[in-house]
Amino acid sequence: MVSFMVRRLVLAVFTVIAISMLSFLIIHLPPGDFVTTYVANQAANGGSVSEQEAANLRAQYGLDQPVYVQYLKWVGLIARGNFGVAMEYQLPVAQVIGDRLWLTVAVSVAALIFTWLVALPIGIYSAVRQNSILDYLFTFIGFIGLAIPNFLLALLVLYFGFKYFNANIGGLFKPEFADAPWSLAKFQDLLGHMPIPAIVLGMAATAAQIRIMRANLLDEKAKPYVVSARVRGLPEYRVILKYPVRVALNPFASTIGYTLPYIVSGSVIVSIVLSLPTVGPLLFKALIALDMFLAGTIILMLGVLTVIGTLISDLLLMWIDPRIRLEG
Amino acid sequence: MRVEEPVAPGSLDTEAVGVTDAEERVSVAPQWQLMWWRFRKHKLALLSTALVLLFYLVVVFADFLAYSDPHASEAQRSLIAPQTVHLFDDGRFSPYVEGLVGTRDPLTFKRVYVADPTIKVPLTFLPQGFEYKLFGLIPTDRHLIGVGGEGNTPDNSLFVLGTDDQGRDQWSRLMYATQVSLLIGLVSVAISLFLGVLLGGLSGYLGGLTDTVVQRVIEILRSIPTIPLWMGLAASVPKDWDIVRVFFVMTLIFSLFSWTELARVVRGRFLSLRHEDFVTAAELVGCSRLRIIFRHLVPSFLSHIIAATTLALPAIIIFETSLSFLGLGMRPPGLSWGVMLQSASNVQTAAVSPWLLVPAIPVTVAILAFNFLGDGLRDAADPYGV
Repeated sequence: MVSFMVRRLVLAVFTVIAISMLSFLIIHLPPGDFVTTYVANQAANGGSVSEQEAANLRAQYGLDQPVYVQYLKWVGLIARGNFGVAMEYQLPVAQVIGDRLWLTVAVSVAALIFTWLVALPIGIYSAVRQNSILDYLFTFIGFIGLAIPNFLLALLVLYFGFKYFNANIGGLFKPEFADAPWSLAKFQDLLGHMPIPAIVLGMAATAAQIRIMRANLLDEKAKPYVVSARVRGLPEYRVILKYPVRVALNPFASTIGYTLPYIVSGSVIVSIVLSLPTVGPLLFKALIALDMFLAGTIILMLGVLTVIGTLISDLLLMWIDPRIRLEG
Repeated sequence: MRVEEPVAPGSLDTEAVGVTDAEERVSVAPQWQLMWWRFRKHKLALLSTALVLLFYLVVVFADFLAYSDPHASEAQRSLIAPQTVHLFDDGRFSPYVEGLVGTRDPLTFKRVYVADPTIKVPLTFLPQGFEYKLFGLIPTDRHLIGVGGEGNTPDNSLFVLGTDDQGRDQWSRLMYATQVSLLIGLVSVAISLFLGVLLGGLSGYLGGLTDTVVQRVIEILRSIPTIPLWMGLAASVPKDWDIVRVFFVMTLIFSLFSWTELARVVRGRFLSLRHEDFVTAAELVGCSRLRIIFRHLVPSFLSHIIAATTLALPAIIIFETSLSFLGLGMRPPGLSWGVMLQSASNVQTAAVSPWLLVPAIPVTVAILAFNFLGDGLRDAADPYGV
């Protein structure tokens, strides 16, 4: 168990390093350094940056030094909580991101919960009543769910909402709560707005998980121990739920590690279409404006959050599967 | 197939004689024959094969199938609804559309077009239209269907799928968009196939440190949320690049991340094959490693690779469409399904002109078809299993 945990932790650390390098790369991809862009932006807005200021900025970020030194400096700044300045907003990046990061987490977790709540019972049902009409229906819906890219699903939901209910169903808050400080009423408003993003975002993952659960359970159901439990006269629901479902859950749980990056990825695009106040639209705007410090930070944060989520799912897997807990 | 149609191995137990006959046939059939029999049983995969072929026909003949220049815009004719094609006129087969007459809306002063049932615009086959090069080689101006007439007159209006906000014909644009979207998928998958086979192959064949490093890299790449990264990379593509360059950079970005699944499949195959006798024999004869990988190992699990490749295509199509939709992938004047759907991103516009959402249909159908085809191929790739 310790070795499993250590291996996972080491991998997580390497993943975070890889993500930070990629984010750094993205910050530095556009031609010219960020100070050039900053100066140009200031000039465009009627402000001006003196040569001295520009030189100071360059020195602060070490832009005159080799790339690896710059990278290390950047990491050092981030470790101290200094993410740089978002040019468009003239505010520290951390402040611009603010609540949006947690709302991203909230939307992703809601989608994950939806995925599980729906995929688990449907997967079990489809395996137990294999080839029934409902099984075919779920399989069909599942395939459609897999085949519609989630931005398209979001677009269609918006379209039908607008056309038939004459309501704009995007967003996470009513207008009056959007800028209000947190309160119970605002939280309730958030909960009320959550189902649509969660469903849109979780649809494809749900479809995949239903297929995984169904296939696993079908494999397990055919094994002799299930037959013997049935022969001994156990009630059918116990025969299924107590043993094969638990075994079938393991591969199901281990796929969270791959579901989470997928959902976080999707949340960016769905948020843009449904105009949710998460980091998605912010990242999009930052990329369009080539505000690379903001963009790089968001990419880094999303990556790190995903790594943490994956670690949690590994812990969960350890708790579910004694074989991992006891090995090594 | 030169062989006479044999009985499918699944439906045999009718006659005693037939059983022995068919069994014998199964036992002597070459591997590809067994695969075909297995594949044929998967009806959805068969249907999907037909659809995929149809899609690639569109890719090859996009210019021929389009009947007007996809970039020719006319502000006067924006957002015209799709026209109904009437196949029969007076009980005779003679397809026509009703002519469109433009009037001013007395309230909004917007130009609106209404179909005039008295004007019949006959469709002609193989008419002359805008010039293009068939297969990029043969200059011609023939198209599959079309109507005569020039300028903004009722008799030159053919908008099978309506027009977009700049008055460009949706059908013609859809043909070109299909071409681009599917080509991006194909090229990307080819590059990631190469990367996947090379790295997965080395990883599985060499084992040891190489294997550990490649596996960790794959695990790391798979645990990173890819869309933000893709967006970042795509946004760094300079805005003044021409379509062809953007196209190739996009394919590179897509393949950079989609090779991992292929590498995983290839590695698994290598692990199970590398101690087979024929590999040892090749080693003893003194073949180089690359030769063993590409000449001996790859052909023996080619079918698995083809299946995995087919299953990798839908993901690329989804990402291309998503990025282009956001304006970070292909961008105008480039065309793709995502670029077309962009014009529907404003819900108010889409609600008034729902035909702007039509490109969603080929996107969904293509993804489904590739998925089913891949499933069928995967089942057929191992025809000896249950």
